[in-house]
Amino acid sequence: MENAASPRLSFLQAAWVIARRDFIAVLFSKAFFFFLIGPLFPVLVGGLAGSIGKSTAQQAISLEVGVAMSAADTSALLSAAKTLRPQLGGSLPVLKEIKDARSDASFDAREYLASRRGNFAAIVTGTLAKPQIVGTQRQVDRWSGPIELAAATALQASPSTFPSARADIVATSASSERKTRIHTAQAAQMVLFLLTIMLGGMVLSNLAEEKGNKIIEILAAALPMDAVFMGKLFAMVGVSVVGIAVWGSLGFAFWTVAEDAIVTVTQTNYRELPGPAVGWPVFVGLGIVYFSMAYLLLGSLFLTIGGMASSVREVQTLSMPVTMMQLMVFFIAMATVADTGSSLELFAVAFPLSSPFAMLARAAIEPSLWVHAIAIAWQAVAVLLLVKGGSMLFKRRVMKSGGGGKAKKPLFGRRKSVSGEAAWEPAE
Amino acid sequence: MAVGDLMQASKHTQGVVDLQGDTRPLAIEARGLVKSFDGTRAVDGVDITVPEGAIYGVLGPNGAGKTTTLRMLLGIIDPDEGIRRVFGHDRPHDVGRMIGYLPEERGLYPAMKAIEAIAFMGALRGLSLEEGRTRGLELLERHDLLHAKDRQIRQLSKGMAQTVQLLGTLVHRPRLVVLDEPFSGLDAINQGKLERMIRALAEEGVTVIFSTHVIHHAERLCEGVAIIAGGKVPYAGSVETARDRIPAQVRLETRAREGGWTAALPEDTRREGDFFYFPLPETGVEPLLKSLIEGDAGILSLSIERAGLHDAFVAIAGEAAARQLEADSQG
Repeated sequence: MENAASPRLSFLQAAWVIARRDFIAVLFSKAFFFFLIGPLFPVLVGGLAGSIGKSTAQQAISLEVGVAMSAADTSALLSAAKTLRPQLGGSLPVLKEIKDARSDASFDAREYLASRRGNFAAIVTGTLAKPQIVGTQRQVDRWSGPIELAAATALQASPSTFPSARADIVATSASSERKTRIHTAQAAQMVLFLLTIMLGGMVLSNLAEEKGNKIIEILAAALPMDAVFMGKLFAMVGVSVVGIAVWGSLGFAFWTVAEDAIVTVTQTNYRELPGPAVGWPVFVGLGIVYFSMAYLLLGSLFLTIGGMASSVREVQTLSMPVTMMQLMVFFIAMATVADTGSSLELFAVAFPLSSPFAMLARAAIEPSLWVHAIAIAWQAVAVLLLVKGGSMLFKRRVMKSGGGGKAKKPLFGRRKSVSGEAAWEPAE
Repeated sequence: MAVGDLMQASKHTQGVVDLQGDTRPLAIEARGLVKSFDGTRAVDGVDITVPEGAIYGVLGPNGAGKTTTLRMLLGIIDPDEGIRRVFGHDRPHDVGRMIGYLPEERGLYPAMKAIEAIAFMGALRGLSLEEGRTRGLELLERHDLLHAKDRQIRQLSKGMAQTVQLLGTLVHRPRLVVLDEPFSGLDAINQGKLERMIRALAEEGVTVIFSTHVIHHAERLCEGVAIIAGGKVPYAGSVETARDRIPAQVRLETRAREGGWTAALPEDTRREGDFFYFPLPETGVEPLLKSLIEGDAGILSLSIERAGLHDAFVAIAGEAAARQLEADSQG
């Protein structure tokens, strides 16, 4: 008989067989395609809404100031404004001639503003030497200075050329730097949490197909159950990475096109976000590693739950406590971001489910790297323990034959009688 | 044969009888296997030894503990007590490449193509995907299923899907093939094909162990059998030895209904219509024949019927188990 040198597959080989099958099956499934494009719709809608909102806001908040002077003064003032705009930018209003004023000798600026004709924030009347601004107190306070400067320029009473100031940026204070790094840490934790929770749910039903199709028995006969579990987890990590890569690529493309809209909607200038303590390349690398660890940790719990549940309802019921626990540990990790070294923060670092979040925050705040090596090793051990425990539980509770007619009780719900030696209740 | 005759004739009520004189190394050795679920003993002290190259049957009605026993042998579940060894290894997964398993509950990934399913099952046992596909094509062609190689499992008929799964069990050329109710759901033609396949495997030196509740499969194929009922194994040994537990029965038809010659018949002779039934005497039938001829019994017919495995099963496992077995095979 033909046999390989070793009569058994190694643990990694066994996990690889499972991972390869699952990865390909999920990646090329219709369900995954819809899963990928699902989150894009709210982002797309949000982006469009932001763009529309920004455009509308810009239209509603008028930056135009009407000019109702003599023709010569109006022309001179507009020309002076054009000259000053490169230096003053948005602090100089858009000056626009009110044509009605030229043909109307009895033009009343107050009445014109009160009647809501045009869309002017204020109206300039008088002469270049004595300009008069008609408007609300706020608008007058806002535009007086720039109008005076424009009038002076028109009268050639201000310099015609302006010296160019050289920029010399200095570092902020230590406390300010720490504060801004905390913001980076919290943002990274939030992203990590959202990705983990969103993608971790895929694992819940991962064993349902094998149970429903009865192929689990073939897998259990051929391979140790913990290798099956590990293979499935690795497959889903791979699928998640693909998902993140797709979302990331689309997000980057979207950012390139609609950066202004995003900044307006989120009120955050991402270009000015402070850099993490370990530097962006290392931080991104650690982010990928901690995402994988967080996913493996949560996924091993979800895989066990999904494997033991006998119906979709049970899956949902059992997964809720785990999800709540994950939320809680995430909040602990977030709350301790600013208290590096405190007992609660150390707990967050040590507790496996919160450790990836807490350590990612540390990477943003503190530059030391050796702690990450220890943390990652500890998280890997925790994954192995959870997988081992989950597979043992699965084997004990699920991989058994029925007792020839004895009623079999699911985890929740009424007993269902089984006949013969059925292995388990098929998934609903 | 009347049940009473069988029960009376059986010399053994319980025990293990190894395949005596068999010097082949053991593929499977199990002693004292016990397994309980929710307080109920599904398997209660099972002993099985299967030499390499043998065709071995696990015979019993539904719920007897056959599947549980096989799953313990394969390492799918662990026994609560007892030992099991497969090719000398305590952990069956340690010799995973050498084992092929067809579970009672057939199942494959529905969206998988037939050829990919076979290759995947080979990969589970250490075969490369490429080699699995190559061998899978050969097997499909041999079983007239090459045309279905690219069809998804859900697109195949039940029989074809079962065949594909069976081929997946064999693609990596295992040394031990375990089949749980392999004949279940097959028509007569495919049952015949399967029987030939099992014989061919044994001729190649492969050990085949299968469970069934249909006696004639075990009787036709197996050299050894474990009769399991209520979680216990009242008999495990060769089929021939099981049959020999029940003495052969003589069926005699005579012209004369009465006469002095009837005194020559054994005491436990039973009469049914024109026929007399009695166990074959230890001295043989020749002395009796002499008495019948001299007594003018007028012998019309005389036949000696060896006990079948069904008779042995009834005697060993009891009538209730036999009835259940019959009901399961018809249902």
